[in-house]
Amino acid sequence: MAYSGKSPWVIHYDGSSCNGCDIEVLATLCPGFDGERFGVVNTGNPKHADIFLVTGSVNEQNIDVVKQIYEQMVEPKVVVACGICACSGGIFHDCYNVIGGVDQAIPVDVYAPGCAVRPETLIDAIVAGVAALDEKAEALARAKKERG
Amino acid sequence: MGKATVIPFGPQHPVLPEPLHLDLVVQDETVIDCLPQIGFVHRGLEKLVETRDYDQFIYVAERICGICAMGHSLGYAETVEDLMGVEVPKRGEYLRVIWHELSRIHSHLLWLGLAADAFGFESLFMHCWRLRERILDIFEKTTGGRVILSVVCVGGVRRDIEDTELAAICQTLEGIKAEYQQIMDTLLTDISVKDRTVGVGVLTHDQAVALSMVGPFARASNVPYDVRTFGRGAYGDLTDFAPITSDEGDCYARVKVRCQEVLQSIGIIEELAAKIPAGDISVKVKGNPEPGARAANVLEQPRGECYYYAQGNGTKFLERMRMRTPTSQNLAGMVEALKGCDLADVNMIILTIDPCISCTER
Repeated sequence: MAYSGKSPWVIHYDGSSCNGCDIEVLATLCPGFDGERFGVVNTGNPKHADIFLVTGSVNEQNIDVVKQIYEQMVEPKVVVACGICACSGGIFHDCYNVIGGVDQAIPVDVYAPGCAVRPETLIDAIVAGVAALDEKAEALARAKKERG
Repeated sequence: MGKATVIPFGPQHPVLPEPLHLDLVVQDETVIDCLPQIGFVHRGLEKLVETRDYDQFIYVAERICGICAMGHSLGYAETVEDLMGVEVPKRGEYLRVIWHELSRIHSHLLWLGLAADAFGFESLFMHCWRLRERILDIFEKTTGGRVILSVVCVGGVRRDIEDTELAAICQTLEGIKAEYQQIMDTLLTDISVKDRTVGVGVLTHDQAVALSMVGPFARASNVPYDVRTFGRGAYGDLTDFAPITSDEGDCYARVKVRCQEVLQSIGIIEELAAKIPAGDISVKVKGNPEPGARAANVLEQPRGECYYYAQGNGTKFLERMRMRTPTSQNLAGMVEALKGCDLADVNMIILTIDPCISCTER
C-alpha cells in the first residue's frame, strides 16, 4: 500500500499572510469543499502532520517559527506554499519587513498561487502534495533497505 | 498557592488561526498575568503608499486583512475621497454598505464557528462555516472574489448589482435566517456551551470605558458605541439603527452581541436593497490630493471602530497613510479580562475579542 493510503494530516501556520488565505485553508476543510472526504484532517501538532500548509511570506520574526515547525515534523513531510505571498511575497514583495516566499526558509514541494488562494487550487495542491509524500516515503524505504 | 510559572501560548496554537504570542504567568491553574507579544505578521505596508499611487493603494489596503478586506478598502476609499473632496453617487454608497454588511455577516459567522471550535464543539463550527459559504457564494456571484473582493474604487464601486440580483440576495439571506436561528439557539441556550461562556472573562463597563474598548467587545460591556450611528454614506438613510449592547461583559455577552449583529446586518441589507436609488455607481476622480491636505475617517469594522488618516503632498502618492485597527485597541482589554481566569478558559477569552492580528500589525 502506498504511504498515502493513510489520511494526509495537515498543519497550518500563518506566516505573515493577510488572513485571506488562512480562512480559505480552513474553508477547504469545512463543508462546501470538504477536504475531509479525502481524509485530510487539520491537526495542531507538527509531530502528527504530513503536510505543512504555510500561508504568507516570511519575515525576521517568524522565520524561526516556520523552521521550527518544519523541523518538528516527522519524515516524510511535504510543504505546500498557499497563496502568492507564500510563493514569492506577492503584493508585499517589496515591503521592508518581508524576506520573501516560504522557500527562503524551508524547502517547498508544491506552490499554490492565488490571492487569496482558492479552495479548489488548495485541494489540487494537497493532492499533488500527497504524490510527493508517496515519492519521499518510497525513497526513505529504499534508503532503509540499502542500509540493511 | 504554588509558585508562579510562565506558560508560552502561541504563535502556533491549534486555537489560533493567526500568530499571537502570549506569556501566561500562571499560579496553580489561575492566570495571574499575561504579556502579549506581537510582530509576527508585520509587513510594513503603510510605507507602500510612497511607491503605490493613491488609486493602486486600494488593493494594498484591501490586503491589510483578508477577513475585513471589504471594510479596509471602503475605509481607505472614504478617506481619500475626503482628502480630494469627491462626492460618491448615492447608488455607489448603498452598494458599498450592502457589501460591507455582507462581509460583517461572513466575519461574524466565521468567528462564531471559531468560538465553537475553541470550546470543542466541532460540529457547530462546521455548521457556522457551512452557512458562511452561502454568503461567500453571494460575493462570488456579485464580485468574482470570495474573500478579497476588489470592488471598491476611489469615487465609487466597480460593479453594479442588478435589482433582480439584489432581490435574490435578500431571498438567500431570508433562507439563511431559519438555519441561523438554530445555530444561535445552540450558542445561546445550550447548557454545555453556557458552562464555558457565562461569567468567564468579565470586563466591566468602567474597565471597558477606561481602556477605550471598541466594537462588539465594548458593546458586550454595555458601551453603546457603534460608528454606524454616525450615519456616513448609506447608514444615514436607515430608518432606525441602534447599537446592540449587553450588560454582562462576559464571554456569553460577547457571543450574544455578535449573534444578534448578524440578524441586524441582514435587516440593514434588506432595508437598503428595498430603497436603493437608480443612477451612477461611481464618479471619475481626476487630479492629485493637495499638498498638506489631511483627512481622517472612522469606520465600523466587524471587530470595531477603525480609524484612518491620510495626508497628501500634491503628487499621485500620499505623504502618509495611517490606521488604528480595532484589535490593537482591544488587546488591552483582553489582557485585563485574562487576569484571574482559569487556564482552561484562556482560549475562549482570547477568541471572544475576535483578534485580527494581521490588521493590528499590518
